[in-house]
Amino acid sequence: MALSKQEVLKVGTLSRIRLSEAEVEKFTTQLSSILGYVDKLRELQTRDVPPLAHALPLQNVLRNDEPHPGLTTEQALAGAPEAAGDFFRVPRVLDEGASA
Amino acid sequence: MAITDLTAREMRDALRRREFSASEAAEASLAAIARLEPQVKAFLSLDGDGARRRAAEIDKRLAAGDSVGLLAGVPVAVKDNMCTADGQPTTCASRILQGWKAPYNAHVVERLAAEGAVIVGKTNLDEFAMGSSTENSAYGATRNPWALDRVPGGSSGGSAAAVAARMVPLALGSDTGGSIRQPAALCGVVGMKPTYGRVSRYGLVAFASSLDQIGPFGRTVADAALLLQAVAGEDTRDSTCVSDKDRPVPDYLASLEEPVRPLRIGLPKEFFGKGLDPGVEKVVRDALAVYERLGAKLAEVSLPHSTEYAIATYYIVATSEASSNLARYDGVHYGYRSPDHSDMIDMYMRSRAGGFGDEVKRRIMLGTYALSAGYYDAYYKKALQVRRLIRRDFEEAFKTVDCIMGPTSPTAAFRMGEKTADPLAMYLSDVFTVSCNLAAIAGLSVPCGFTGDGLPVGLQVLSDVFTEDRLLRIARMYEREVQWAARRPPVCEAAS
Repeated sequence: MALSKQEVLKVGTLSRIRLSEAEVEKFTTQLSSILGYVDKLRELQTRDVPPLAHALPLQNVLRNDEPHPGLTTEQALAGAPEAAGDFFRVPRVLDEGASA
Repeated sequence: MAITDLTAREMRDALRRREFSASEAAEASLAAIARLEPQVKAFLSLDGDGARRRAAEIDKRLAAGDSVGLLAGVPVAVKDNMCTADGQPTTCASRILQGWKAPYNAHVVERLAAEGAVIVGKTNLDEFAMGSSTENSAYGATRNPWALDRVPGGSSGGSAAAVAARMVPLALGSDTGGSIRQPAALCGVVGMKPTYGRVSRYGLVAFASSLDQIGPFGRTVADAALLLQAVAGEDTRDSTCVSDKDRPVPDYLASLEEPVRPLRIGLPKEFFGKGLDPGVEKVVRDALAVYERLGAKLAEVSLPHSTEYAIATYYIVATSEASSNLARYDGVHYGYRSPDHSDMIDMYMRSRAGGFGDEVKRRIMLGTYALSAGYYDAYYKKALQVRRLIRRDFEEAFKTVDCIMGPTSPTAAFRMGEKTADPLAMYLSDVFTVSCNLAAIAGLSVPCGFTGDGLPVGLQVLSDVFTEDRLLRIARMYEREVQWAARRPPVCEAAS
């Protein structure tokens, strides 16, 4: 299954990974090769086979809705690339003039 | 005999008898590490001060006659994808987590501390556990102690090498598609992947949540059993970890010396086909002959979906889960944030581009593609259907045999750089190991000899879910008849 460079760029955007020209070239070749290999699954008849997402027969693992202590604000901010007070500082998300 | 030549169990027992102190054991381990690390490069971080402090505490308890744990005073290493809040970073061998200090300890790390183990450091791995050679580490590759120009396997290469080189008698690794068993085979040590759900994944940095499992490395089967005993069992913080009520943890050491009789061993014909190195096959068949001498019955079985189809399934399922699990590395809350970016999306794109290595990018993109609109049914859903077929292969086989055996790896340790040009060639190193994770069953690799080049070979033993006690007994039956664990890697000899 050969991928086109456009498809690789699109997947890069979906994956939120910026790709250089050289990387697009390299990954197009490599991903096409890998997808070519996984295509062999088409050889198998699976029409009435239920998908198996999880190997253990676990269902609805619940616990009582009781609060437990978690991280403190200080702990949560300890690894922050940029912090401001009690907040993680990030680039602006909303446009100027957008209502809150 | 040097302290570092003792097994973990011997060390633990000698410490309890006060033949030497935990502080002496810690110093012996740290000295071995200092001597061998320049050549082996198994560790990403070391905590000598922490180890000495912990060892001194154990010595105080031993002197006072207080109860000490299963692993009291034994030096251990932890793969660097398990959170440690002791001051050491947890990097997953990635630039994106360079210097990151986890704010909590993984469940297994808490268990090690509760049982008195002395954690000496964090070991190297393929970045985010994605790889089969430890060459994908952002911090340099680990070397195989048996041949320094060869890989230790991966992704838990650092842990396997640290145990093989006798720097520590025990180490924890993680196995998603073979990442404990394959490096164990290539480094000549015992490595086990317990049944999915046997050991809590709380604090294990997630790669593929339905496949990941933490497990032990040791030079002997008893040592692997001891470490498994210390970390296995329920943890309500991991909803996929089974409760002690549903699946109590047996005493693995208590039954270890009891052979399994009668023993029916299944040999999948697919595990002995093309691609298997003849030198490896010979050593494995010699090991199977030992089982026959012990009275085991060998029978051919078939696992028609569990080699090449399993690789294809794995590289869709694992990468899909990874694309979701690694979405959290976005430069917002922790980890690497790219310094120049125009807006939020650009920040994500540049941070991830700058922080992740090639293999991680490849797998995220594969998974994203497989899950994307228009491709989900053809790839992800199809892979999950084949996963069901793989599981049925094992269910069928276990109706007639008690365990399945074969080579752990199709080759012995390959040279550094030999498989890095072609990702697919690297993926095929896992051809005998991935089906075990997909089916969620238990598996281990036990050393069974050496090739003509002096490279270790591992025998893989697979058994049904939650039968780790029987699996260990089966491995022990063989180990009792051989002396592979006594051989020391050349790097240990040269340095002494």
